[in-house]
Amino acid sequence: MAVTAQVLRSEWTKTKSVRSTVWTLGTGVVVTVALGALISALAKNDYENLSPKDRFAFDPTFISFAGMGLGQLALIVFGVLVVANEYSTGMIRTSLAAVPQRGVFLFCKIAIATALALVVGMITSFLTFFVGQAMLGDRGADLGDPGVLRAVVGGGLYMALITMFSMGVAAMLRSPMLSLGVLMPFFFLISSILANVSATKKVGEYLPDKAGQKVMQVVLVDDDAPYGPWGGFAIMVLWVAASLVGGYVVLKKRDA
Amino acid sequence: MIELEGLTKRYGDKLAVDHLTCTVRPGIVTGFLGPNGAGKSTTMRMMLDLDNPTSGTVRIDGRHYRELHDPLRTVGALLDAKAIHGGRSAYNHLLCLAQSNGIPPARVREVLDTVGLTSVARKRAKGFSLGMGQRLGIAAALLGDPRILMFDEPVNGLDPEGIHWIRTLMKGLAAQGRTVFVSSHLMSEMALTAEHLIVIGQGRLLADTSMADFIARNSRSFVRMRSPEQERLRDVLSGAGIAAAPGPDGGLDVTGEDAAHLGELAARHGITLHELSPQRASLEEAFMRLTAESVEYHARAGDGAEPPAGAPDTPDAGRPAWGTDWRGDRRGKES
Repeated sequence: MAVTAQVLRSEWTKTKSVRSTVWTLGTGVVVTVALGALISALAKNDYENLSPKDRFAFDPTFISFAGMGLGQLALIVFGVLVVANEYSTGMIRTSLAAVPQRGVFLFCKIAIATALALVVGMITSFLTFFVGQAMLGDRGADLGDPGVLRAVVGGGLYMALITMFSMGVAAMLRSPMLSLGVLMPFFFLISSILANVSATKKVGEYLPDKAGQKVMQVVLVDDDAPYGPWGGFAIMVLWVAASLVGGYVVLKKRDA
Repeated sequence: MIELEGLTKRYGDKLAVDHLTCTVRPGIVTGFLGPNGAGKSTTMRMMLDLDNPTSGTVRIDGRHYRELHDPLRTVGALLDAKAIHGGRSAYNHLLCLAQSNGIPPARVREVLDTVGLTSVARKRAKGFSLGMGQRLGIAAALLGDPRILMFDEPVNGLDPEGIHWIRTLMKGLAAQGRTVFVSSHLMSEMALTAEHLIVIGQGRLLADTSMADFIARNSRSFVRMRSPEQERLRDVLSGAGIAAAPGPDGGLDVTGEDAAHLGELAARHGITLHELSPQRASLEEAFMRLTAESVEYHARAGDGAEPPAGAPDTPDAGRPAWGTDWRGDRRGKES
């Protein structure tokens, strides 16, 4: 459709013409890869001290993704800024006057930012895998090993999905500070706490990040999660869908 | 042409816009006047489908804003000059708007030139002064070469040269046959640009009249007289069948008589005059009287609105020279 193509082009111009795009995505790549490399190096040195049981559960692929927990925060910031900066700057009124079809507007914005996050996510995921495996040396995994390619591709998809989730939340909350204030502590702290306290472990497993990260695991010994890698991924997709529907409804109903 | 019909916006129990019905015609500058908080910006946001009316409709050339194909080519609006992403350059800001409505990028340079921002086109809007921001907002409004233009308080923050420029621009756009709708809270500003006036107060229509009619009806002229023998003067005036109202600081205000006649009358009776001055109530005062009354109208909940004055003839000017070349280009490409 002609309108959609025009709006996609417009949103691409918007996204690439602000510095925050380069800064947030660049930080995401650097943090994920650097932290992944560091932890992989530490894991290699620590391998000798592991018990046989732990050696059996040693997952070199997942270890190389250790930086993603921190790196994803940069993608969250990217997703939040893409949407919520429209509100904080007042640009939303100019944008919606140009594109009064709010569904088209939001869909195109999310499509562009997601495509960008997916490209950057894939690069990050492959880069962090290869750098991590290089650090792990002979303890490392190979891309051809069973499940490894799925985990690495899954890592890129995970980054795109976490960005989409943030955009949905930002469309609902309509403020960058509020959105970051909710998302940052949630993904950095609350989600980890819920997943590691035995009483709330069951709930924690169904949170978007914990469920979604399952796709990056290759070695699944004494894993009691009620879902597999793609099952966890599907749970995350549901979270993303819910947040986008919520964002769409808010945009549709409320005054700009 | 913009038609409002029973347009109403309610926030909680407060009516921001109250059954507003009026028509904005092409070919003239229509001033949209009201004190701060009268509901002007809310009305303009509803015109652009940014805010949902509680009831009533807005029609742009007979259609709802949402139904317009590439709306920037029909309606250009400057609502809030600050409504831009400060991190984006002026050029990119306009480019993303142009792309969303299929407007060629060459047009971006054209409007930047029109508003005089070519030299700072690549600078980030964050560093723009209020006046430059206003010019960028106006460039965005002109981008689609629209038939209808809406400006919300366009002279805010402009220097005298900028104010003169925007006045000339608005009149020029109207002379090309476009619909130009400008809001302001300054009557004096409107008196210089608008041919037609729509006045609202507390969201209600107070006047929908041509500027000429408004001036004729509202700029009351009278003669102020002051004398040390105020009582005798009053008696002499009433003896001559002339009504005098007490003015401020002890003077007498006489309506409907000319100053020369009153002076001669006083001289004939040997009354010393300290002041004999023809006065003209300013339009600003007339506007303030009109809007102050809106409070009373509101309390009485009566039909406070003045009957709309006869519509002035709208010159059906030939289509503009302005932007025609690229429009032609595009038509050529499409066909």
